[in-house]
Amino acid sequence: MSKLVKSIREAVELCALKDGMSVSFHHHLRNGDYVLNMVMEEIAAAGVKDLTVNASSLFDAHAPLLEHIENQVVTGLSADYIAAGVGRALSQGIMDKPVQFRTHGGRPNDIRLGRTPIDVAFIAAPTADPMGNCSGKYGKSACGSLGYAFADAMFAKKVVVITDNLVDYPLADYSISENFVDYVVSVDAIGDPKGIVSGTTRITRDPVGLVMASHAARVIEASGLLKEGFSFQTGAGGASLAAAKFLKEIMLKKGIQGSFGLGGITAYMVDMLRAGCFRTLLDVQCFDLDAVKSLREDPRHREISALQYAAPTGRSAVVDSLDVVILGATEIDTDFNVNVHTDSNGYIMGGSGGHSDTAAGAKLSMIIAPMFRARLPIVTDRVKCISTPGQDIDVLVTQGGIAVNPRRQDLREKLAAAGLPLVDIAELKEKTERITGKPAPCPKGDRVVAEVIGRNGDLQDVIYNVKE
Amino acid sequence: MRRSMLFLPGNNPNMLINGNCLGSDAVIFDLEDAVAPDQKDAARILVRNTLKYMDFRGCERIVRINSIGTPYWKEDLKALLPYKPDLILLPKTESAQDILTIDAYMTELGSETGVMALIETALGVENAFLIASAAPRLKALFLGAEDLTADLRCKRTKEGREIEYARHRLVVAARAAGVDVYDTPFTDVNDDEGIEVDAALAKALGFTGKASISPRHVEVINSVFSPTQKDVDYAYEVMEAIALAKEQGKGAISLHGKMIDAPIVNRAQQTIATAEALGMRRGEF
Repeated sequence: MSKLVKSIREAVELCALKDGMSVSFHHHLRNGDYVLNMVMEEIAAAGVKDLTVNASSLFDAHAPLLEHIENQVVTGLSADYIAAGVGRALSQGIMDKPVQFRTHGGRPNDIRLGRTPIDVAFIAAPTADPMGNCSGKYGKSACGSLGYAFADAMFAKKVVVITDNLVDYPLADYSISENFVDYVVSVDAIGDPKGIVSGTTRITRDPVGLVMASHAARVIEASGLLKEGFSFQTGAGGASLAAAKFLKEIMLKKGIQGSFGLGGITAYMVDMLRAGCFRTLLDVQCFDLDAVKSLREDPRHREISALQYAAPTGRSAVVDSLDVVILGATEIDTDFNVNVHTDSNGYIMGGSGGHSDTAAGAKLSMIIAPMFRARLPIVTDRVKCISTPGQDIDVLVTQGGIAVNPRRQDLREKLAAAGLPLVDIAELKEKTERITGKPAPCPKGDRVVAEVIGRNGDLQDVIYNVKE
Repeated sequence: MRRSMLFLPGNNPNMLINGNCLGSDAVIFDLEDAVAPDQKDAARILVRNTLKYMDFRGCERIVRINSIGTPYWKEDLKALLPYKPDLILLPKTESAQDILTIDAYMTELGSETGVMALIETALGVENAFLIASAAPRLKALFLGAEDLTADLRCKRTKEGREIEYARHRLVVAARAAGVDVYDTPFTDVNDDEGIEVDAALAKALGFTGKASISPRHVEVINSVFSPTQKDVDYAYEVMEAIALAKEQGKGAISLHGKMIDAPIVNRAQQTIATAEALGMRRGEF
């Protein structure tokens, strides 16, 4: 028996892909991904129409998808994150049916529960054997963890693995096992390594970013959560990494060893693991080459699926054991609702990813954001889109003070006792508006272009088209 | 309390609007070296508006105007004094006459704002005491080592052997005149250990605080120039011992086997005053 087929086109035909079906992709190759475009081109050439694309995220490298949307090859779209270039076109209203945004935990959960069944999953694999055992840790297109692809592999009706590093059977150190895989295709390249992983992300040198990072580390210290067994997730942004650096210094000084670091893993988290700040890293996605190497070589650094990471209705998920998460925001309102989906003009330029999942699970969910970006205040009366509900956000850290959600009076008292500069979120808004002025609300269209599905599967908010 | 003073370029709006968030006890809006001649007016307007509109509660606002050898200094003062900066920093101060000159002009403008003299030439160092005691408006001396070493025709080093004399001289002159004295910035923004050593040296020599050109240095400077918990606890013990001595009608008293005399009491009072300003209390930090 062989699962090897000659081409993507052959795999598409063998899977009996028909009009109206649903196909899925993961985003571990990020902006370097070739696979989604290659597959969609073959599908379009095969004359299949009216498909739903369920991708864990879409990057601007996936702009050719817009053409398939215009040609009605693709009429439905679901993703956890959509980058600004593709997002702009979607905000202009090129699709009849609204895009569905889910979270990194909600997506695999809905796949598992059959709410968003997948007919064919196309899994880009940096290394695979002819039976479909595959891994992201090896090969010229190595991306590290394949966390977002597990649910697709486990629950899709047909699974096609596409690799540019076919190795002899068996690939011992596989992530996704052959018993989920129907076909294997070998191609010249699944992606451009330059776009797959970034180089080492640098810690911010911006003084304002450093002030916020220092506040963030002190909030964590004062929260009482920073003790033996502490667990932590942070983003890859400059200020979030700087917060991790300050946190590392505190942990080393106090001799605290955490239980695990979670998330999208960066070189900085790897560094904390090696320094003894954590016993384990749980890795759903690698952000840089150091993280890929560590996942490959260090047994304490463990790949996890998005289901295990964040799915809300599994028996448990790692986010439920998380102490602290540091997150970003494009805007936050006085009820602590956070928008990470749209930009200041209302164009789609992101998505929740794991934002809502970790915020819901963590004991302390913290937003780091400057009081204003360019001339726009971050705190508003009402966010343009609720990506993460305010009830799941505990604290906002800015350079101009720290605002605690009134729901967390206990936390507020601890931070006050530690002498941290606390400010009421409404005051923070006024303080910022004294500098920036109050921007006029941006006009929104009358047509819904995207639905934001909360992690529990309910409709949480909608995004309207932008009038140009 | 002025442990740290952070320079902010007067022509950089982003730094100015965030100046009150960077943790320093004072900020120095710079209209002099950081600003090119063709931007002097723009920076003056920007700093004026910053003083006018921004809330700097808890952070002193100092303006470094252009020196009295330039055509700009009077314009600077006219534009800014109505918005009541906490201090004016006068660069290139070389003589008591410089202080009398600015004092007269500020009096003419009806301003009571104090002046800090930036001493950054050999002549300025030699005249330090005369400068420090020239007028009641003069509140502090401030050593500027970059220009000074150029004037001395020596190289500015991290170790600072070349400015040892100037440091000692300024501290003695300022203390003799009863005014504060501030140390020159440490200019390597990437040397986290160097700034700590340099700040500790300045404190050991008797400086009141230290200026900085980088927000990254502020926290270290604040920490070096803050009393330690041990200092604070000892200061309270001294004050208690003195109170006890008074109660018992004793003239002198010893604490931990050491005589408590007037200088020790003075220092304890200063420490307690600083600690209270920092919100430190006995036995907790």
